[in-house]
Amino acid sequence: MAQIAIGDAGKPERLTTADGTPLKQALGRVEFRAKTRAFLLVAPLLVFLSITFLFPIGQMLFRSLHDPLVSGVLPNTLATLEDWSAEDGLPPEEAFAALAQELALARENRFSGDLGRVATRLNYEKPGIRSAVTRTARSAARMEAPFKEAMIEADADWGKLESWATIQRLGNVYNAVQYLAAVDRRYNEFGDIVMQAEQRQIYVQLFGRTLWMSLLVTSMALLLGFPISYLLATQPTRVSNVLMILVLLPFWTSLLVRTTSWIVLLQSEGVLNDILVWIGLVGDNDRIQMIYNQTGTVIAMTQILLPFMVLPLFSVMKTISPSHMRAAQSLGAPRFQAFWKVYAPQTLPGVGAGCLLVFILAIGYYITPALVGGQDGQMISNFIAFHMQSSLNWGLAAALGGILLAGVLALYWLYNKLVGVERLTLG
Amino acid sequence: MAKVSSLPPYATPMERAWYYLFRVICGCVFLFLIMPILVIIPLSFNATPYFTFTEGMLAFEAEAYSLRWYQNFLTNDRWLTSIENSVIVGILSTILATTLGTLAALGLSREKMPQRTLIMGILISPMIVPLIITAAGIYFFYSSVQLTDSLLGLVLAHTALGTPFVVITVTATLIGFDKALPRAGAMCGAPPTTVFFKVILPLILPGVIAGALFAFVTSFDEVVVVLFVASSPEQYTIPRQMWSGIREQISPTILAVATLLIGVSILLMTTIELLRRRSERLRGL
Repeated sequence: MAQIAIGDAGKPERLTTADGTPLKQALGRVEFRAKTRAFLLVAPLLVFLSITFLFPIGQMLFRSLHDPLVSGVLPNTLATLEDWSAEDGLPPEEAFAALAQELALARENRFSGDLGRVATRLNYEKPGIRSAVTRTARSAARMEAPFKEAMIEADADWGKLESWATIQRLGNVYNAVQYLAAVDRRYNEFGDIVMQAEQRQIYVQLFGRTLWMSLLVTSMALLLGFPISYLLATQPTRVSNVLMILVLLPFWTSLLVRTTSWIVLLQSEGVLNDILVWIGLVGDNDRIQMIYNQTGTVIAMTQILLPFMVLPLFSVMKTISPSHMRAAQSLGAPRFQAFWKVYAPQTLPGVGAGCLLVFILAIGYYITPALVGGQDGQMISNFIAFHMQSSLNWGLAAALGGILLAGVLALYWLYNKLVGVERLTLG
Repeated sequence: MAKVSSLPPYATPMERAWYYLFRVICGCVFLFLIMPILVIIPLSFNATPYFTFTEGMLAFEAEAYSLRWYQNFLTNDRWLTSIENSVIVGILSTILATTLGTLAALGLSREKMPQRTLIMGILISPMIVPLIITAAGIYFFYSSVQLTDSLLGLVLAHTALGTPFVVITVTATLIGFDKALPRAGAMCGAPPTTVFFKVILPLILPGVIAGALFAFVTSFDEVVVVLFVASSPEQYTIPRQMWSGIREQISPTILAVATLLIGVSILLMTTIELLRRRSERLRGL
C-alpha cells in the first residue's frame, strides 16, 4: 500500500510503500517483473527460432562474403604477392616459386580435394584458369628455377596479369566478389569494377525478370481479385459464405496439387488445348504452347496467390458502409463516379496490403516456376537452387540469396509500416 | 452488411447490362480459381495413363473410369513410406509449433511486453523469408551438425516454418480477450498453471486449434526444405514424392494423390470455418 510519508515539517515529502521504499522504485520493480514475465513467455520460441532459423540463414549469408579456401591452400604465394600490384607487371620470381611449390603440395594431398576446389573457385572469376592450375600442378614437382619461365611454359595463363590478380583477390578471406558476380560485374586486374563478359551477364536480367513477373502476377491478382472481393463484400452473408468457399478451397489446397493441375490444364495435349481444338479456335496441329514458359508460370502463380489478394481486400471492403455510395448517388453522382470517388479510395488499405503480400510471396517463389517455368519462366529462387545443388557455387548462391532477402525484408518493413504485422490475418 | 448491389426496378438499361456483365466477370474469376481443383478430381479416375479426358470419359462410359491409380497409390511402398513420414513429421512439428507459438502469443499480448513490434517481426519472419533461402540456410547448418537425412531435422525445420501461423491466430484470438478473467481466477486462489489450463486455454482454444491446423498444413505441404535436406526416399514426405512424380516418372498416380489431398484440405477448411463461427458466437459478434 502506498502511503504519504509526513516529514518533520508537516509537509508531504515523497511517496513510499508501507515498507518505506520510494513508490517510484517499487513501481519500477513491478514493471520490470511484468516485463520479464512477458518476455519469458516469448523466450522459448525466440531461442528456438534463433537456433533453427536465424542462425542458419545468417551463416549462409556469411558465406557470400567469407571465402577462406584460396588463402588456406596458397598461403605462401599470397604472402609473396602482398606488395604486388598489376601496375608492376608480372609478380617476382618468389611468387612463381611459391605457387609451383604449393600447387605440387596440394596435388600430393589429392584426397583432400583442395586442388580441385581452388581450381574451380578461381575458374568462376577467370574462366579457363582451371586447366592452368591442374596442368601446372601435375608438372610442378619436377620444375626447376627459374620458375617464372618454367610455369609460363607449362601454361601461358601464368604470363597474364589477370591470373595473378585473381589469386591475390580471392586470397582475401573477406571479399565482395560474389556480390559483384551476382550483379554481372567483376574486378579487372587493376582492381577496377567492370562488367562481366557479354555471355556471362545473366543476373541483372534475371532480377529484372523476377521483378517483372512478380509485378505482373500482383497486378493480375489485383485485377481479378478486386471485383470478386467487391461482390463478396456486398452480397448478403448467406451468399458470400458460399462464394467464399471458392476462394478458401484453393487457398487450403496443396501447392503441388494446384501446380500439377495447371500442368494438366495447360500442356499442349492438355484439357484447355483440347477444348480450344474442339471449339475449332485452333487447329489440332498448332496447339498453343501455354506451359513451360513465362505464360504458364504467370497463370499458375496468379491463381495460387489470388486468395492472398482477396482475403485482405475483402476484410477491408466489408467495413465500408454501403450508405457512403448511396449518399454520393443521392447527391447526383453517377454510379461509376460514386464508386471511383467515394468507394475506391476507402479500399486502398486493402489494396496496399494485398499487393504487398502477393508481391513479397511472388518474388521468392520457387516451386511453380521450377515445375512449369521452362527456360524463360525461371526466377531468382530457381537460380539459387541451381547454384546450391548443381553448379555447387555456394558463394554465388548465398550472394543471390542475400540480394533477394534484402529486397524481401525491405518490402516486409514497408508492409509493417503501412499495414502492421499484428494485423496480418489468415483465413 | 446489408446488400447494396441488387438491381433497383428503375435501373437504366446501361446499369442493367453492367449488373449482369459484372456477375459474368466474377463468375469467370471464380471459375479460374476453382478450375484446377475441378479438373483434377475426375481425371484421377481415368482408366488410361493420360492426363486428358478420353472420349469414353466424356460419354460417361463406366469402363473409361477406374480406381487403378488409387490402388497403385495404396500398394506402392514409396508412397506408403511418404504418408508415414508426412504424418510423423506433421504431427510432431505441429505439437512443437503450437506449444512454442501459443506461449509466445500469450507473452506478446501482455501489456508490459518490451519491443513488441520488433519481436513480432522476428517471430513472423519464417513466413516472409523466401523458402529457398530458408532451405539453403538449413541445408548448410544441418550438414555441419549431421541433421540431414533425418526426420528429426525435418521436424525442427517444419516447426520453425509453422510457428508464425500459431502466433498470428492465437494473437488474433487474444485481442478480444477479457483480462479480468485470469485475474479473477488468481484471486480465487488458483496458481498460474491452473489459471492457464482452466480459464485461459478453454477461451483461446479455437485460435490454438486453428493455428495448429495451419502449422500442420504448412508441414504437410512443404517441399522446398525437404528437397534440400532429405536425399533418400526413406525420408520423403508426400509432397516430395509428388515432386518426383511430376519431374521424373509422370504417372496419373499423382492425380489420385492430389484428389485425396483435396479431400484433406476440404476437411481442414471445414474445421477452421466451424471454429471461426464458434469463436464469433462466443464473442457475441
